[in-house]
Amino acid sequence: MAYSERVMDHFANPRNVGELAEANGIGEVGNSKCGDIMRMYIKVEDNVITDVTFKTFGCGAAIATSSMATELIKGKTIDEALKLTNAAVMEALDGLPPVKVHCSVLAEQAIKAAVADYYTRQGIDPTPIVGKIEDCDHHDHCGCGEH
Amino acid sequence: MKRFVYADNAATTPVSQTVLNAMLPYYTEKYGNPSSLYAIGREAKKALEEARANVANHLGALPNEIFFTSGGSEADNWAIKGIAHELAKKGKKHIITSKFEHHAVLHTTEALEKEGFEVTYLEVYENGIVKPEDVEKAIREDTALVTIMYANNEIGTIQPISEIGAICKKHGVLFHTDAVQAVGNIRINVKDENIDLLSLSGHKLHAPKGVGALYVRRGIRLPNLISGGAQERGKRAGTENVAGIVALSVAMDEAYANLEERNERLIRMRDRLIEGASKIERSRLNGDPVKRLPGNFNMCFEGIEGESLLLKLDFAGISASSGSACTSGSLDPSHVLLAIGLPHEIAHGSLRISFSDQNSEEDVDYILEVLPGIVSYLRDISPLWDEIMNQNK
Repeated sequence: MAYSERVMDHFANPRNVGELAEANGIGEVGNSKCGDIMRMYIKVEDNVITDVTFKTFGCGAAIATSSMATELIKGKTIDEALKLTNAAVMEALDGLPPVKVHCSVLAEQAIKAAVADYYTRQGIDPTPIVGKIEDCDHHDHCGCGEH
Repeated sequence: MKRFVYADNAATTPVSQTVLNAMLPYYTEKYGNPSSLYAIGREAKKALEEARANVANHLGALPNEIFFTSGGSEADNWAIKGIAHELAKKGKKHIITSKFEHHAVLHTTEALEKEGFEVTYLEVYENGIVKPEDVEKAIREDTALVTIMYANNEIGTIQPISEIGAICKKHGVLFHTDAVQAVGNIRINVKDENIDLLSLSGHKLHAPKGVGALYVRRGIRLPNLISGGAQERGKRAGTENVAGIVALSVAMDEAYANLEERNERLIRMRDRLIEGASKIERSRLNGDPVKRLPGNFNMCFEGIEGESLLLKLDFAGISASSGSACTSGSLDPSHVLLAIGLPHEIAHGSLRISFSDQNSEEDVDYILEVLPGIVSYLRDISPLWDEIMNQNK
């Protein structure tokens, strides 16, 4: 198992890391039992994600995918951000080892969870817009096929 | 100042200069096949048999009780599968082992379960030590084999081998021990400790990878592993790894020559590292603090994940491990840490540091200088750490 240089770079120098005081949407996915939790903070103005940060408990790939995901959605509209797939996050990182693919799924879901929280705070039901958020439960039934 | 600290000697060790010098001639000048009749063949055969006698001597065994293998995993597989299949003929299809054996043992017993063997996996409790009375309670009429590791590869805990050996002898059950982590770190006498079969590996004690041995007490019937020539008394055919075997023998000489002095030094270093790292809040030592290998440190730091810790330590020049090296390809936390009762979320944050003779007090200083900052950085970006802190309020 080896990480690409991009993954190592984003792990060693994560972009947009920390809390965001002005966040109006916060999403958290994953759980400690699985070994990774991602929390995404977004600031939305006029339907545009003007700022985004993250905090992650997890392996190198989890931290790198969180960092890359924040870069990919910063300055984008909510619609654009919701279209970001885990495959796009992986591609931007020059790939991930097979056992770490679920980290990119978690990054995609963390964005959705943050957007859902934003809509909820606005009094809008997020489910029709964001869809179901796959919160990786524990190994036996998380269905990510990686365990 | 940044330095390079190799602190993963339980994974593998560098070949020592003495060992390298001893083995090299067997590649270039003394390259004969030990089965050949002419002078350089006889020379290789002599080296092979001297190595066998020497390895045997270090274990309190007889030369013809030592069979050279490719390493520890092969020795474990051969011993366990061999004895299981041999004794199954007499209707003995029960094996006793522990929950935290190396995968070379656990995956072997799991394979045997699929063949219809029954396996009892003993508890190892919070301190990571098997209770001899549990072994005795688990022994049945149809028990073929007890296999308990000498020392655990992750948390370094040393098992009560002679007590278990005595129990097995009393009940007429064969006793195998995977002593891969113990050989070279602990003085072992297979006769005194009533060990019937013992696995060892060269690369854990400054010999190269690809050589190991299985001790099999005289009189035990063990099926042949590899069919072919008459090497290893016909039990494991194939031209012998003469250079590797010579290396193993010399490495054992080196390891046992200054054992007490070295262990005293390593224990001092280990305990200072444990003491220093324990100052990090919400940290805990895994495994018994005293009954553990001299160079083994294994601690958990709550709120962080082991792999990111390892990568950060690597950036700082420190090579360490989280769980066993074999575990790193999977996502499950170490079965050893789960066996001693750690919850998943804490088991994910483990760090193993294992010293050898080549480490120094300066290495301990450097690790203690670097580690707290890395743990604190990873906690700063960890939502799990936030949760832990909030619960604590």
